[in-house]
Amino acid sequence: MSLDSSDVKKIAHLARLGISDDAVPEYATELSRILELVEQMNAVDTSAVSPMAHPQDVVQRLRPDEVTETDNRDGFQGVAPATEDGLYLVPRVIE
Amino acid sequence: MAWETVIGLEIHAQLATKSKIFSGASTAFGAEPNTQACAVDLGLPGVLPVLNREAVNMALRFGVAIGAEIAPYNVFARKNYFYPDLPKGYQISQMELPIVGSGHLEIELEDGSSKTVGVTRAHLEEDAGKSLHEDYQGMTGIDLNRAGTPLLEIVSEPDMRSAKEAIAYMKKIHALVRYLGICDGNMQEGSFRCDANVSVRPVGQAEYGTRAELKNINSFRFVERAINLEVERQIDVIESGGSVVQETRLYDSDKHETRSMRSKEEANDYRYFPDPDLLPVAISEADIEAARATLPELPDEKKKRFVSEFGLSDYDAGVLTAELEVATYFEVVAQECGDAKLASNWVSSDLSGALHKSGIEFSDCPVDAVRLGGVLKRVVDNTISGKIAKQVFDEMWNNDADADTIIEQKGLKQITDTGALEAMVDDVLAANADQVEQYRAGKTKVLGFFVGQVMKASKGKANPGQINQLFKQKLDS
Amino acid sequence: MHNKTIAELSAGLSAGEFSSVELTEACIQRISTLAGRSNCFITQTPERALEDAKHADQRRATGDFGPLTGIPIAHKDIFCTQGIRSSCASKMLDSFVSPYESTVSAKLKAAGTVLLGKTNMDEFAMGSSNETSFYGPVRNPWNHDVVPGGSSGGSAACVAARLASAATGTDTGGSIRQPAALCGITGLKPTYGRVSRYGMIAFASSLDQAGPMTRTAQDAAMMLQAMAGFDERDSTSVDVGVPDYSANLADSIDGLTIGLPREYFAEGLDSGVGDVLEQALETLRKLGATTVDIDLPNTSLAVPAYYVVAPAECSSNLSRMDGVRFGYRCEDPVDLEDLYKRSRGEGFGEEVKRRIMIGTYALSAGYYDAYYLKAQRVRRLISDDFTRAFDQVDVIMGPTAPSVAFALGSKTDDPIGMYLSDIYTIAVNLAGLPAMSVPCGFADELPVGLQIIGKPFEESRLLNVAHQFQQATDWHQRAPQEYL
Repeated sequence: MSLDSSDVKKIAHLARLGISDDAVPEYATELSRILELVEQMNAVDTSAVSPMAHPQDVVQRLRPDEVTETDNRDGFQGVAPATEDGLYLVPRVIE
Repeated sequence: MAWETVIGLEIHAQLATKSKIFSGASTAFGAEPNTQACAVDLGLPGVLPVLNREAVNMALRFGVAIGAEIAPYNVFARKNYFYPDLPKGYQISQMELPIVGSGHLEIELEDGSSKTVGVTRAHLEEDAGKSLHEDYQGMTGIDLNRAGTPLLEIVSEPDMRSAKEAIAYMKKIHALVRYLGICDGNMQEGSFRCDANVSVRPVGQAEYGTRAELKNINSFRFVERAINLEVERQIDVIESGGSVVQETRLYDSDKHETRSMRSKEEANDYRYFPDPDLLPVAISEADIEAARATLPELPDEKKKRFVSEFGLSDYDAGVLTAELEVATYFEVVAQECGDAKLASNWVSSDLSGALHKSGIEFSDCPVDAVRLGGVLKRVVDNTISGKIAKQVFDEMWNNDADADTIIEQKGLKQITDTGALEAMVDDVLAANADQVEQYRAGKTKVLGFFVGQVMKASKGKANPGQINQLFKQKLDS
Repeated sequence: MHNKTIAELSAGLSAGEFSSVELTEACIQRISTLAGRSNCFITQTPERALEDAKHADQRRATGDFGPLTGIPIAHKDIFCTQGIRSSCASKMLDSFVSPYESTVSAKLKAAGTVLLGKTNMDEFAMGSSNETSFYGPVRNPWNHDVVPGGSSGGSAACVAARLASAATGTDTGGSIRQPAALCGITGLKPTYGRVSRYGMIAFASSLDQAGPMTRTAQDAAMMLQAMAGFDERDSTSVDVGVPDYSANLADSIDGLTIGLPREYFAEGLDSGVGDVLEQALETLRKLGATTVDIDLPNTSLAVPAYYVVAPAECSSNLSRMDGVRFGYRCEDPVDLEDLYKRSRGEGFGEEVKRRIMIGTYALSAGYYDAYYLKAQRVRRLISDDFTRAFDQVDVIMGPTAPSVAFALGSKTDDPIGMYLSDIYTIAVNLAGLPAMSVPCGFADELPVGLQIIGKPFEESRLLNVAHQFQQATDWHQRAPQEYL
């Protein structure tokens, strides 16, 4: 699969990555090369193989329903770019 | 042209766990912003989710209650999109393998008939935080206390054909989750939320029309209004030659309109994939049996029992069982007083009328079931009349006294002493010679007047039936 | 003192030959003069180190201590350490002073280790040469013009340069083993699930695993002892008992069956590296091991599958870096989209952006089956190859990397060439197996690593084999000239 500039822009938008227009063609070339590498997978028929999501064949452990966390808002918001009245601030969201 | 409406609902029920679905932070409502958002809820780098057992159990109980298929494994997936109230940039949800598969439930329609509505699936997911749009230096504030609260998203089949049916379904789910104790059902606090997929098609057409998804319809009243509004809009669009666009629309209850949310529309590509931080959740037959064993009596069963055990009408039984609290209240009252029909009438008319008038929620009712039962018990044993019962009830509304204390203190006990009553009857007859003449001349209606006089003299404490009898005896002899 | 292993230092502390404070002061001194040469540290924490050392000496004085109490170590900057910048070598997290502690660093702290600082790495662990760091590339202590390998290049360089006796690393596709090989040290990637991932900034969740980077297998056993174990905060952490990793080190390996995958000794392997490996295998045979040729037929599919699985997971894992709750935020965003796009566009480096885009594409509508699902199926084939091989053999051996360390800048414009330097390590992550790299010689005056791959949860056997090899050789004792 070869990606063109419009593909790259679409992907960058989905991933919310700001990339300059100048950089787009280079990304297109590089990403296409990576996809070419990736598509070597197609050499093998996997239609009868079940997908493997985890290395270990184990099931989810369940946690007891207990409140174990205490308020650490000040600690957490100490590393936040912008807060006020305990809220994280972002540019105005219009619905 | 005649149009048919097709509606499917997506209900989000916040599960009533103490802690969040993937973290040990509290789910309590109303805390200071971000004080119940721990490192996991905030999506700090490096944190990991661990699944809450109770959320799984609650979802299972729901599944068993609607007779749903429960697969041996269910899987959490990531739904990827960027939004400030979604800390990780993805919501942990379930896509291909939800915990609850296909099930169904019965709804009662206004004409007394019932209808089966299919539930496509119900899956577990985490709630998002909240955006506060008050002005913070021209910015939006984000509170992530709600982030990570467990949700059960219940998706119906497009089986509803009117707003009324949609409401009936929604109320049924509402009753069910409350009966099951898995959701507090508080719509004002957002514990129970609803989106509706609405489309119209010409009557007789097999294919569905293009649907619009109505968001933010979070009261029973709004659901009906929003759906009817949307149906009108879609019919207008089609009849004026246009076509309905598949989109998300927001219902604005203030302006009473739905409007397109194009901002949420653009190229939604959620890139679902199994969450590698979580493993498949195994559900055994034993787990399903355990869930079944803990099921309480559900609305439909309770209704049937009320009919058979108490001899109530289908309608009355339906009203009483629609909410678990009401049903439980009724049963206590019936037990206390020993007359289920009397209890039913009181709970569904006198009591709910009084609550409605004062704008009080059922859960805050000032008269508990035992006290009301105590009042009715005295009606049943003829200590007081129905009329006096209302007086006792009004008294109770404002204090904590029980029925017998009020009856005693206020001297409301019915006069059952025949001698005393006879004296009163004689007094009335003596003082109203003209009316006695009229009665004897065949105008028997004046009997009512005589009874009224005695009731007045006794301040309501006489038994009207008994007085009636006495008058008849005296006048007809 | 800097030439001593953990085992030796621990004995010295116990014997009262020196205190942890003295040892730590010596380390701090050495780091302050030498670390700049390789750029192996992002953050040095001398004050914290001395505090830890004092505490360790107190613990030793009161008898409340273990073998690691008082031993100075360094953490890869991928671990969240409370109160200390935890940057993952990214501009995005340059300002991120973690408000919480990772399980690995907490366990090592509880064991009484002394934290010297946070080591440099490839940005978000994406790279094989440690050249993608926001804080500049790391240089190989053996030759400052070549790369140390990556992504745990700072940890490898720091141990190779004798600046710390051990460092933590993480391995998603070879990020412990490949830099260990290129820097001539011992690195162990445990079985997936053996060490908690909580607080380790995620690259690819189903592949990431933390492990020790040390000079010797004996030290690796001591470190792993403290790092391993079930963690209730990590759903993928496996609740399997932790054995005594030092208990079997001295066992003979007579009778051991070593599988040699034909695919690992084929075209693509540098001949100098091949020769060194052959000598190493000869040493093992002399110790009583037998070698048999085996097949891992889907080996060539590992890199392609990995470059779907890892980017897919990372594209989602890195979405939380959005400039809202922590980390880099662009200046004066005009709206929400601008905030996201510029914060992420400016905060991430090129390789990270490339991988996010590949992963985003592989998961997007219409491509999921062809890429992501396909890769997960291939992953199963690769895992099955190993399972079959382990029916025949006790361990599998081969090269850790196809060549010795390459020149700085030589592959930066060639992502594919860079990706292929992990050709022998990636399959192990896809299968979730434990594996080590141990120094086994030199080619072109640069270290060569021998990779030992084991069955799930057989870290003890790997350590035993590696230790026996190190008893018979002295490659692990060699130090770069400049850091003697």
